[in-house]
Amino acid sequence: MTLPGRPALLRAAAPVLAIVLAFAAGALFVLAIGENPLAIYGLMLHETLGTGYGLGQTLFKATPLVFTGLAVALGFRAGLFNIGAEGQLYLGAFAAGLTGIAVAGLPPLLALPLCLIAAALAGAAWGGIPGVLKARFGAHEVINTIMMNFIAFALVSFAGRWVFQPATVRTAEIAPAAVLPRLSDFLPQLRGSPANLSLLLGLGVAVLAGALLFRTRRGYELRVVGLNAPAAQYGGVSIGRAQLGAMALSGAVAGLGGTNFVLGYKHFFELGFSGGAGFLGIAVALVGRNHPVGVILAALVFGALGHGGMVINQRVPKELVDILEAIVILFAIVLQTGFERLARRIA
Amino acid sequence: MIEVMLFVAAALRISVPYALAAVGATFSERGGVINIALEGIMLNGALGYVLGAWVSNDPWFGLLAAVAAGILTALLHAVVTVRFQADQITSGLGINLLAAGLTRFVLHAVFHSSSNSERVVGFPRLPIPGLENLGTIASVVGSPLVLIAVVLVVLGQGLLFRTVFGLRLRSVGEHPEAAASLGLHVRGYRFGGVILSGVLAGTAGAWLASEQHSFTDGMTGGRGYIAIAAMIVGKWSPTGAAAACLLFGAAEALQITLQGSAFPSELLQMLPYLVTMLALAGFIGRAHPPRALGTPFDPEKA
Repeated sequence: MTLPGRPALLRAAAPVLAIVLAFAAGALFVLAIGENPLAIYGLMLHETLGTGYGLGQTLFKATPLVFTGLAVALGFRAGLFNIGAEGQLYLGAFAAGLTGIAVAGLPPLLALPLCLIAAALAGAAWGGIPGVLKARFGAHEVINTIMMNFIAFALVSFAGRWVFQPATVRTAEIAPAAVLPRLSDFLPQLRGSPANLSLLLGLGVAVLAGALLFRTRRGYELRVVGLNAPAAQYGGVSIGRAQLGAMALSGAVAGLGGTNFVLGYKHFFELGFSGGAGFLGIAVALVGRNHPVGVILAALVFGALGHGGMVINQRVPKELVDILEAIVILFAIVLQTGFERLARRIA
Repeated sequence: MIEVMLFVAAALRISVPYALAAVGATFSERGGVINIALEGIMLNGALGYVLGAWVSNDPWFGLLAAVAAGILTALLHAVVTVRFQADQITSGLGINLLAAGLTRFVLHAVFHSSSNSERVVGFPRLPIPGLENLGTIASVVGSPLVLIAVVLVVLGQGLLFRTVFGLRLRSVGEHPEAAASLGLHVRGYRFGGVILSGVLAGTAGAWLASEQHSFTDGMTGGRGYIAIAAMIVGKWSPTGAAAACLLFGAAEALQITLQGSAFPSELLQMLPYLVTMLALAGFIGRAHPPRALGTPFDPEKA
């Protein structure tokens, strides 16, 4: 008798086990400063998922991670490692902020889409450049996307000379028509939290990404290039075009993530707003196994951790959360590599 | 004249940690292991220096602690990527996140501050004959760590290209299966390359912390990534990497000099990254990474 699904179950188990092990390892840090790990973790759980406000904060923190996680996952599916989600997110947010100011006077039905298009285009351009360099010159996208991150930070600071408010590192407020409403406008339970409609946009993008990857010819080509580039080429797929397309798309999705902060929360762009959401997208894609559903679940976990750091800060330094996230990443890649072999053996 | 002197001194001072970490990166990468973890290694090294110097009041003990912290961090990267054959880039990013969180956590626990440590000793300056009257220059060149850095660049070049160890390390990074068939312990050499990068990047962290006489949150500020960029521009050789570090250091010194003037210093800030992208695209001579770079070695398959 065959056991269908056992390898698949094993593969799905790796990230879950990684999270469990990370919390176990993190308990040592909590013990080291003389606190009770169970009490701390219990507090974290209650204050992130047990109250309406906590849940709203978790959703707010998870929102950009849905975008950046999807962005990294799309790249991975094409065999590309996009470390540049941070820079793409940055430029997407900047473009959304500037467009949000420029659309003053337009109705929301026109203003909002314009802001979204601007964010996506800025991200796509920033992802597309390493894509071109990869497709045309074979230049490694990992280093190039890292470089592009730093260039993005410098570029935005440079442009800030003209667009930032005097003596600040933020732009003026966007037009009211470009504002994404908060979720608490519809769900009063989430009151006080900045979770906003950008989350629904992210879920929509996840559905579209899933449809593209698994239901269209382009998506199939993208995945074949990622799984076996020579075979894809032999089958008539243009590798360069697929790589460029994947990088631009990945960048566009990451860029759209900028809407959460700029259109949904503060209503202006500010330097350093991202809090590393682009980098965490890598962890989200990894734990979510590059699948849209997995990415959404992983974004929720990391979103809860992100807010969880704040609620425990009175008793344990909030950096415990960074340590937990890092240990999740390290365990996840080690377990994934090991389980992958095991899965192949029993398949 | 004095401006030029100040500029040279600033450029040199900025280049030192880049050069140390970049030479370290060549050892890791020549053995076939991408080491994005340099940033985290450097950060842990800087904290190691401050803790060591704080308890002993001795900069040399601080350096020792920095190197130990660097080795431990590099060892983690080696265990994850060489022993368990997990993805090298993700491991590096994970370790950088770990170092950022860990150093802040320790800062809280030891110094009860989220941003900086107490003040610690730095290195005394050596008197350099003939340079006594040159103020800033003497103060940079006279640092024992600068002399150590220069020696390490030269030694690194020799070790990599003139010794049996270097030849074997490079063979493990170019063609691990062939190296294994000759009886070389591929994983052992890769561990060695990564750990050497830990020693050097840890020393780079010690330089940053000793110059500043303290640890501040996130004080490496992306220098580990610049070091990797310099190593690429320097075509995976210690002297080439050090030369690129001097170039990057000069650009940064110029940027600091021009800060506050009408000249957009942000454009200079981009220079190292743009140069690296051009080098990768093949516009500054073709740079060939080690052929097995990034590929885990599975002894069961060899």
